[in-house]
Amino acid sequence: MPFGNTHNVLKLKYASSEEYPDLSQHNNHMAKILTPAIYERLRSKQTPSGFTLDDVIQTGIDNPGHPFIMTVGCVAGDEETYEVFKELLDPIIEDRHGGYKPTDKRKTDLNPDNLKGGDDLDPNYVISSRVRTGRSIRGFCLPPHYSRGERRGVEKMSVEALDSLSGDLKGKYYALKNMTDAEQQQLIDDHFLFDKPVSPLLLASGMARDWPDGRGIWHNDTKTFLVWVNEEDHLRVISMQKGGNMKEVFNRFCTGLTKIETLFKDKGTSFMWNEHLGYVLTCPSNLGTGLRAGVHVKIPNMSKHAKFEEVLKRLRLQKRGTGGVDTAAVGGTFDISNADRLGFSEVKLVQMVVDGVKLLVEMEKKLEKGQSIDDLMPAQK
Amino acid sequence: MPFYSAAIMTKNCHNDYKMKFSDVEEFPDLSLHNNHMAKVLTKDMYKKLRSKSTPSGFTLDDCTQTGVDNPGHPFIMTVGCVAGDEECYEVFKDMFDPIISDRHGGYKPTDKHKTDLNFENLKGGDDLDPAYVLSSRVRTGRSIKGYTLPPHNSRGERRMVEKLSIEALATLDGEFKGKYYPLNGMTDAEQDQLIADHFLFDKPVSPLLLSAGMARDWPDARGIWHNDAKSFLVWVNEEDHLRVISMEKGGNMKEVFRRFCVGLQKIEAVFKKHNHGFMWNEHLGYVLTCPSNLGTGLRGGVHVKLPKLSTHAKFEEILTRLRLQKRGTGGVDTASVGGIFDISNADRLGSSEVQQVQMVVDGVKLMVEMEKKLEKGEAIDGMIPAQK
Repeated sequence: MPFGNTHNVLKLKYASSEEYPDLSQHNNHMAKILTPAIYERLRSKQTPSGFTLDDVIQTGIDNPGHPFIMTVGCVAGDEETYEVFKELLDPIIEDRHGGYKPTDKRKTDLNPDNLKGGDDLDPNYVISSRVRTGRSIRGFCLPPHYSRGERRGVEKMSVEALDSLSGDLKGKYYALKNMTDAEQQQLIDDHFLFDKPVSPLLLASGMARDWPDGRGIWHNDTKTFLVWVNEEDHLRVISMQKGGNMKEVFNRFCTGLTKIETLFKDKGTSFMWNEHLGYVLTCPSNLGTGLRAGVHVKIPNMSKHAKFEEVLKRLRLQKRGTGGVDTAAVGGTFDISNADRLGFSEVKLVQMVVDGVKLLVEMEKKLEKGQSIDDLMPAQK
Repeated sequence: MPFYSAAIMTKNCHNDYKMKFSDVEEFPDLSLHNNHMAKVLTKDMYKKLRSKSTPSGFTLDDCTQTGVDNPGHPFIMTVGCVAGDEECYEVFKDMFDPIISDRHGGYKPTDKHKTDLNFENLKGGDDLDPAYVLSSRVRTGRSIKGYTLPPHNSRGERRMVEKLSIEALATLDGEFKGKYYPLNGMTDAEQDQLIADHFLFDKPVSPLLLSAGMARDWPDARGIWHNDAKSFLVWVNEEDHLRVISMEKGGNMKEVFRRFCVGLQKIEAVFKKHNHGFMWNEHLGYVLTCPSNLGTGLRGGVHVKLPKLSTHAKFEEILTRLRLQKRGTGGVDTASVGGIFDISNADRLGSSEVQQVQMVVDGVKLMVEMEKKLEKGEAIDGMIPAQK
């Protein structure tokens, strides 16, 4: 990687203090945790594929952060990053994921039958439902670090696996680099197409290299199950549909994901996973389930209520605009999703969304009638 | 190499890791590309060079990443590769030599480049008509030997380049006495002043530079130095280790060039005294990050009012023959405003500093004469120059 300072040996002739980054203007998890002592201990190390401490933290140095949004400020270049640099990453994980300790173990639960309810969210308010996660293929480096050969290897393996899906999951792959104009327009209209990253957070960590080589979008014929290949992670898997039937969305999500994982296992590989971190992804914020389940919901009254933020916090939910992270809400329609990723199972997280959104809609209806919602205030989950 | 032992020389762990994929699997897709690197890089060349790295660990993929990420423009031919250190031009010469030849008018691997910073060798240049020539400027770049270049350097290295530069510049006196403003730690007032003077450089936004890793750790160890008279300016750690600029209003290019040469040589003397001369060799001249700036690294130019000539059918032809290029007054890739153009030398390698500035002086003088003729409604056919 040209800008990851992988020429580690050369740098060691400078003292640790000469190489230590200036983090005085910074407000991200990495800047909070990194100390000169940690830097000194870790800077001579590298993972077997050659990822170094400076590679991990470059994005956090180049992007000081925002006074209100706490970015992570570091990425993993391969599975081993989380082990070799655990002295830095464990405290960051703990800080980001609500006190998750280095000894904690996490539970994967992708059994959709364990979800209670979720099929009756009022479609007058809940416009659409969606569940997404990421997956990394063991044996390959991650997007900040991998070479073209590796990225193409990930694409090839993914396309082979996806091509063998059948039934309502049967679909087609559209490689970004040889899409026809018509295909591209259709994917844009469906809101499926992802673009070359423009966020400096991603660019600084090398994730846009060689664009659009090795990148593509796969979706099933009914356009309810979508896989992004080699965007921010090896795979992003998305299940979605209009309306409020989160149960069905989650059902399809679990079924599809499990089928894909089986296909990879049949080929002698698997997803990066361990019992401490769960699914291993590029950004530490996505560890665990990597799952974001959410709805677009009309809550114009609720969202202006003085206790809106408090309610979200207690329900362990977060709000975003309908354009995704860092966008504004339009017309009182919000994207409401789970705030957690690590420390809860998939079922648990989707349950929190289902129960929380149901409550928010009830509150909205009360406020419409001019009634108070004080007695509906939930306890902290 | 004073800093690296042979044992360290070839060990680049990540590059070794990539070698387990075949060269076919790793070769970039350049089918939509139009830059010098894409024209030159073949699968065989890639195969031969991909296992190599310079002593500091820069690899072929490091050199070419920016050209892979930026396919280019149908009309502007970008270079598509950078050097990470002085040794790149040697270790990867199989690729760089043809690119250099293509970019620098057929310059051969055996050619020698002449450096001439003796301003007295410039003829004329003090009488460009200030009614037309609004400002004159000469810039070049310099790299400090022993340090890797902006696509590759670590924070420790970059800070050393800054430290050495500040020390050298602090010894300047007389017309060159000045002050350093680090980007990190500028007051608002200083920043506003530098913007008003058009001296301040910003964090790069061009994808060409970002893809090559030149914005890393911004604004750490970057800064601007200028003399009290604001006619001599040095940028530290922007696109190159040093960018040296001499400028003033009006058309006295002779004075601008004098100050340029004198200042540059004073700075070089200080660096040499501390055993850190500039990267230079008799084949490539001054070694800089982008192959397009090899040789003199010099761009000498003026802002000149040519509303009539610039709309003349033969304008481009004239520029080509005079070995000049035009840009908008905002710099490369900007549009001209009000018929005012930035006119400068097109060449960098294969001719000396004096020769290149001479071409600007003579060429601009001719173009102003042509503009005056066109103003009077007269033809300029008899004035069209021969190809230089």
